[in-house]
Amino acid sequence: MTRQIGEVILDLQNVSLSFGGVNALTDISFDVREHEIRAIIGPNGAGKSSMLNVINGVYRPQAGEIILRGEHFRQMNPYKAACAGIARTFQNIALFKGMSVLDNIMTGRNLKMKANIFQQAFWMGAARREELEHRAKVEEIIDFLEIQHIRKTPVGRLPYGLQKRVDLARALAMEPQILLLDEPMAGMNIEEKQDMSRFILDVNDQMGTTIVLIEHDMGVVMDVSDRVVVLDYGKKIGDGSPDEVRGNPEVISAYLGASH
Amino acid sequence: MIYRENGQFKTSYAADQQIFPILQDRWAILGILAFAFIAVPLLADEYLFRAILIPFLILSLAALGVNLLVGYCGQITLGAGAFMAVGAYAAYNFFVRVDDMPLLAALLLGGATSAAVGVVFGVPSLRVRGLYLAVATLAAQFFWDWAFLRIKWFTNDSSSGSVSVSNLSVFGWDLKSPTDVYLFCLAVLVVFALLAKNMTRGAIGRQWMAIRDMDVAAEVIGIRPMYAKLSAFAVSSFFLGVAGGLWGFVHLGAWEPAAFSLDRSFQLLFMVIIGGLGSIMGSFFGAAFIVILPIFLNQMLPWLGDLVGVSISTAGVSHAEIMIFGALIVFFLIVEPHGIARLWSTAKEKLRLWPFPH
Repeated sequence: MTRQIGEVILDLQNVSLSFGGVNALTDISFDVREHEIRAIIGPNGAGKSSMLNVINGVYRPQAGEIILRGEHFRQMNPYKAACAGIARTFQNIALFKGMSVLDNIMTGRNLKMKANIFQQAFWMGAARREELEHRAKVEEIIDFLEIQHIRKTPVGRLPYGLQKRVDLARALAMEPQILLLDEPMAGMNIEEKQDMSRFILDVNDQMGTTIVLIEHDMGVVMDVSDRVVVLDYGKKIGDGSPDEVRGNPEVISAYLGASH
Repeated sequence: MIYRENGQFKTSYAADQQIFPILQDRWAILGILAFAFIAVPLLADEYLFRAILIPFLILSLAALGVNLLVGYCGQITLGAGAFMAVGAYAAYNFFVRVDDMPLLAALLLGGATSAAVGVVFGVPSLRVRGLYLAVATLAAQFFWDWAFLRIKWFTNDSSSGSVSVSNLSVFGWDLKSPTDVYLFCLAVLVVFALLAKNMTRGAIGRQWMAIRDMDVAAEVIGIRPMYAKLSAFAVSSFFLGVAGGLWGFVHLGAWEPAAFSLDRSFQLLFMVIIGGLGSIMGSFFGAAFIVILPIFLNQMLPWLGDLVGVSISTAGVSHAEIMIFGALIVFFLIVEPHGIARLWSTAKEKLRLWPFPH
């Protein structure tokens, strides 16, 4: 299946976010098209993670609008975002430490499980059936990400690279339409980065998932992404294809410093 | 028979998801149940039932309730005793005010009332956490201690504040002898333990644990903290309410609010911390440790004293009992902060590999 980049699925218009006197994001607009890989880059403290937190409702912006498939939101909240098919991974892994890999990924199926608490308590009817159905689905994701050997291991015992993969698995279990990845390759060695890049491309290609990606490794960003938006000090300073962004003088000065 | 799962292949997810996936565990639990239901009633005497076994069963049930809330959902509570009291007094009121109310229905209605009260007192958990939540739940303890002492309606206008029940029977089975009471409590505990296990291995349990481990990530995958936390409070209070009803009805028979004081709340919290937070098995270990150990020490010390030729006075025994008990708690918490249940699972893991270390 060759993916085709479609219509605009997520559109952010004039989003501003501040914490007290600190302006994290100032008047930012950009859009994300269906099936594309959209990268957000920028120096430390540029507001990249804040941007993702606005998209899935962890932070509430003071101004601006989020348009998701034509629906206008003043601000999101995490539950609404999850129901709308937005999943994310975290920069500093936010797995459920006390649970096994399997349970972590099963938790990602939470919104799709409808059995009530009594059915669950008696392990009957819908509860029992759902547990099996979703387990089968979760096993597909486990196969896809090649983590079969650790499915019963508590996530706290796993090395960093595998934890990142479980984090991705949990997000994929939601079968999201939009996947927000916050530095999926931070702190990885070259092999792990190659694996992760392959998984990201496969997710995008095989599942048709739209991906919004924050990454510091410019090689990876330039290779995998279709369009790149560049933030600096909470302002947008560049937007376009990887090549356009690479040649943008403002971007170069933000990264390398300008001559005065 | 060696504790090892070699050759036990699972060919379906249902087989992999059962409560005891290892064959030896299934035999062990069957053996324990057979022992508890058949052998114990034949062997135990009245003292053993009244002083040890019945309190152990009922407090295990209560500890299970506390563990669901504190261990699985991560919401600390100091009001466990209050929810037991609500269950006991609600069951009492249903029992004496409604004609022909069956005992089991009264206990379950007591549990349901306690669940509703638990939800109300769980509301602060939506805004505060940790020690602050502990203080907020302490309010439940003080409020209900006061209410059952002062509001005469709850105690059916009895002048002393003490209430009593008699002529207990379940489906025509009179709960007269300690053996009957023991079997009834055991049956209730087995059913409730199964329910607790099912919930914790199912979707609701994963929601609770997700909220406990990382609440922001839980929200992002669509778990509503309000639903998860309040359902944990409701289920936990339901367990505590039923345990409170049992404690009042079948263990004490006649009781006053002091039976469910703050001491009880602390005792239950200690049980789950020592037994193991977030473990069904841990609730039983904790209850056994707190209920049985003091009595065991009390019996053992004079005997040990005789052995080395020192006679210990009764007062000396009870002082020593408290000191040794305290020292053991400190010892366990230092050796294994995750509780006896963790020691147990580490031992099982080692046994599976024995005689090899890895």
